[in-house]
Amino acid sequence: MNPAPTARLRGELTTRHREPVSFFCTGLTGLATLLILAMLGLILANIAWHGAGSLSPRFIFGSADRDMFDPAKAAVGPMVFGTAARVILMTLFVIPIGVSTAIYLTEYARGTSWWTRGLRSAVNNLAGVPSIVFGLFGLGFFVSAVGGSLDALIYPGNPKPVWGKPALIWASLTLAVMTLPVVIVATEEALRAIPVGLREASLALGATKWQTVVRVVLPQALPGILTGGILAVSRAAGEVAPILFTGVAYYMASLPRSLTDQFMDLAYHVFVLSTQAPDVDKSRPILYGTVVVLLLLTFALNVVAILIRARVRRRLRQLG
Amino acid sequence: MPPPAHGTPRVPDWTSLARGRRVRPLEWLAERVLMALAFTALVVICLIFLFVGREAWPIFAGRVDSSLARELQDVIPPEDLDKTPPERLRLYLGLTREQFAAMDRDTLRELMEVRIEAREQIPDDKDALLNTVRWRYLIGPHQWTGYDRPVYIWQPVSAIHKYNLVPLVVGSLKATLVALAFAVPLALAAAIYVSQLANPRAREWLKPGIELLAGIPSVVLGFFALIVLATLMQRLFGYPSRLNALVAGVALGLAVIPVVFSVAEDALTSVPRSYAEAALALGSTRWQAAWQIVLPAALPGVFAAVVLGFGRAIGETMIVLMASGNASILSWNPLDSVRTLTATIAAELAETVVGGHHYRMLFVIGVLLFAVTFLSNLAGEWFIHRLRARLEGQR
Amino acid sequence: MQMKSTTSWVPRRFLGTTLVVLAAGTCPGAHAATITVKGSDTMVILAQKWAEVYMSQHPDVKIQVTGGGTGTGFAALQNQQTDLCNASRKIRPKEVETCIRAFGRRPTEYRVALDGLSVYVHADNPIEELSMEQLEAIFTGRITNWKELGGPDARIILYSRENNSGTYEFFKDHVLQGKDFAAQAQTMPGTAAVLQAVSRERYGIGYGGAAYGVGAKHLRIRKDAGAPAVEPTEENVINGSYPISRYLYIYVNPALDKGPVAEYLRWIRSDAGQAVVKQVGYYPLPPELRTR
Repeated sequence: MNPAPTARLRGELTTRHREPVSFFCTGLTGLATLLILAMLGLILANIAWHGAGSLSPRFIFGSADRDMFDPAKAAVGPMVFGTAARVILMTLFVIPIGVSTAIYLTEYARGTSWWTRGLRSAVNNLAGVPSIVFGLFGLGFFVSAVGGSLDALIYPGNPKPVWGKPALIWASLTLAVMTLPVVIVATEEALRAIPVGLREASLALGATKWQTVVRVVLPQALPGILTGGILAVSRAAGEVAPILFTGVAYYMASLPRSLTDQFMDLAYHVFVLSTQAPDVDKSRPILYGTVVVLLLLTFALNVVAILIRARVRRRLRQLG
Repeated sequence: MPPPAHGTPRVPDWTSLARGRRVRPLEWLAERVLMALAFTALVVICLIFLFVGREAWPIFAGRVDSSLARELQDVIPPEDLDKTPPERLRLYLGLTREQFAAMDRDTLRELMEVRIEAREQIPDDKDALLNTVRWRYLIGPHQWTGYDRPVYIWQPVSAIHKYNLVPLVVGSLKATLVALAFAVPLALAAAIYVSQLANPRAREWLKPGIELLAGIPSVVLGFFALIVLATLMQRLFGYPSRLNALVAGVALGLAVIPVVFSVAEDALTSVPRSYAEAALALGSTRWQAAWQIVLPAALPGVFAAVVLGFGRAIGETMIVLMASGNASILSWNPLDSVRTLTATIAAELAETVVGGHHYRMLFVIGVLLFAVTFLSNLAGEWFIHRLRARLEGQR
Repeated sequence: MQMKSTTSWVPRRFLGTTLVVLAAGTCPGAHAATITVKGSDTMVILAQKWAEVYMSQHPDVKIQVTGGGTGTGFAALQNQQTDLCNASRKIRPKEVETCIRAFGRRPTEYRVALDGLSVYVHADNPIEELSMEQLEAIFTGRITNWKELGGPDARIILYSRENNSGTYEFFKDHVLQGKDFAAQAQTMPGTAAVLQAVSRERYGIGYGGAAYGVGAKHLRIRKDAGAPAVEPTEENVINGSYPISRYLYIYVNPALDKGPVAEYLRWIRSDAGQAVVKQVGYYPLPPELRTR
């Protein structure tokens, strides 16, 4: 992007043509932009205004085993933990598979073979699938089919299911499937931004293809891959629909201790507090506080991702 | 979820460059592992498509029967347990061979007693014999007992399960249309402004600012709509029901804006600068250049933005679950409550028995949603493809 | 002191537990006494309170509570995904059948508390009492304007519950005589949401547990046109003169009804457990139904 010539033109134009229709329409579109930003600002301001008061280390990290709905005692520690646990687990699944798939697609696969094209369009379509459908899939596939067969294999005759019920691991796996396209697309973008010359130079110096990919291409693409991971985490942290049937619990006295335990969750807690608290007006400070914690988590991640991506894009432009 | 970025340079096939070198066994292994992981991804993705379809298939194939006919057949009194031939008993109790073989006498007896209790609870109703998961009842109106005219209703928990999909489809469309009517003009205007009219320095922070909206989790938007927006809008407009398609649509619109904006903005930016510069050189204003030259050139991309926004809106769950009122009314009035396809799954899936007809109906809804978003995705991709072809052809 | 202990345990254990969570998946059977409870949203606060009090006395037992609705609880019981199922209505024969097919036995039923179902309207609504027939007509959509009941000329806004709720089914069976709710009824995900909506909606009407009910007016109900209007108080619910009352139940797979689960169920129905019932706002069982 080279703004210089248009910028020069711009100065002349504004003095030459103050055509009223153009002026009016430009104002209108500017107003629309402002309106969107204003709505965003209003939402955030409203949440910050009502929620800031509830924030304290005790609220964020304290245990919830006193009274979930009493503003003086409630805390979201276990929810923060549950959200963190499911997101970290998800990362363990989605990053290796997503990054490998992207490396395979850009570095190894022939762009024209049927299965590369199939894989690409499958990934693209996956990105558009509604999150609730992932919930359906998670319950039907992971919980009932996989979990059920695991139980039948490991504990035959045991009346109490161990794996075949909603659990931390199934929620994380469901989220991992959901965020797969985010990671694949971001990694692919990062890999493509690296000039072919670099790869050719590496090969010319006698490196094997694997060495080139691992030592030359991947380190360069790391920021992009990181962005993908962060975006995936930020998206997953705020999602409720996919975990609704695959692992979240309304109340648990202790933190989950194994992969087969259920967990409490920040985003789900927002849903619970706004629709199921016995006295919504009384528990409102907790509700707003929970929203603030959730937003801080997802926004912080988003801002980091946007910053890294801006850097990557800038470099892409310089190279391109 | 914004669609994958397009227009990034493709890495030319350098696979061939590395050919003919000595292969190291460990690297060969690592590469196979890589391929296996990629293959896993493909398998998992295909599994989703297959699995959701598989669970819904019996309904499509007409193999599910929700009628109470089996319950209405002649009762075998529990005393006759030993007198009844086993095969007849098995069919009477609706058991598979394995289940029947695994059950002892007490269990069978208990099952027979329950069957009699169940018989007593069946409503004396001509509709009890209807198989309500057949397509005519899923799509067409029917005059159920107790109703004075044929109706479209979704009442899955009822003596007679009523699974008409029409109110849900209309509900989803209504909320989505409100959302698009609110979001598309705003997002397109903002896209034009940011990509064509704003000065480059403002652009640097306007774009990420609007994209930040995508970072708000939908449950937070739902919460905001339920607690703040609903009350505010009712006070402003004074309509009777607090939660309705309008409130849900506006909140949904907030989720759609960043999608429409970033796709449209990408499309507008991808139009070569020379187009606008030529127009400016001929004496047009920046607005005229943007409106009459750049926008028409980027039109397929704008369509893509709208279509992808549609897909996002119809698939959104938490916002509509919290802010729409969830009443399955069949009407086009945006001030009535609506129940959408997604919210229905979210609200009802947990209560269903795995493999039962209610469970399968919710998977049918899932297939429906899946098909709609798949098509809108496909259409979006096609438009983007057209845009690229058009711009490359004319450059 | 209490406060201090609650704040300090988390950060230190945070990392440790994350690692344990990641590592322990291989031996899920290791911790024995975990009781999962699922079902009625009406009972979720009660169940949580029971769990808290019981766990404070029995630190070796862990109880996890999930809501979702009575239907959800029965589904989980049938799918064997929960130990105890909270239910705000009696189990249906069809559900018994599925249970027998799943685990070969009829689930054991325990009555654990008594509940009155209140009908709420906005505090400014002049209506004070309704009869059961009027309620039926309102919720099936035959009466749509408050004028017909002697109130202001305004459309009645109906609030109902999601259909996975036992409260929904109980109301449907006992007040609507099994008829369908009017399609206009907005369905709310919890009693609290109904209450919140009614407290903001001048012409709204909704129903839910008598334990809730801050912010809206509870109507007096007449059994039929000639009967006196009765308020949903503890006394009226326990002596049965309030027409919309019900037992709350817990169902359990008999194969699991032993050891800590049986112990817990006994405690719930003892005087100590019933004291919690009263504290939460439901009505305790009559003495003859309690355990000693």
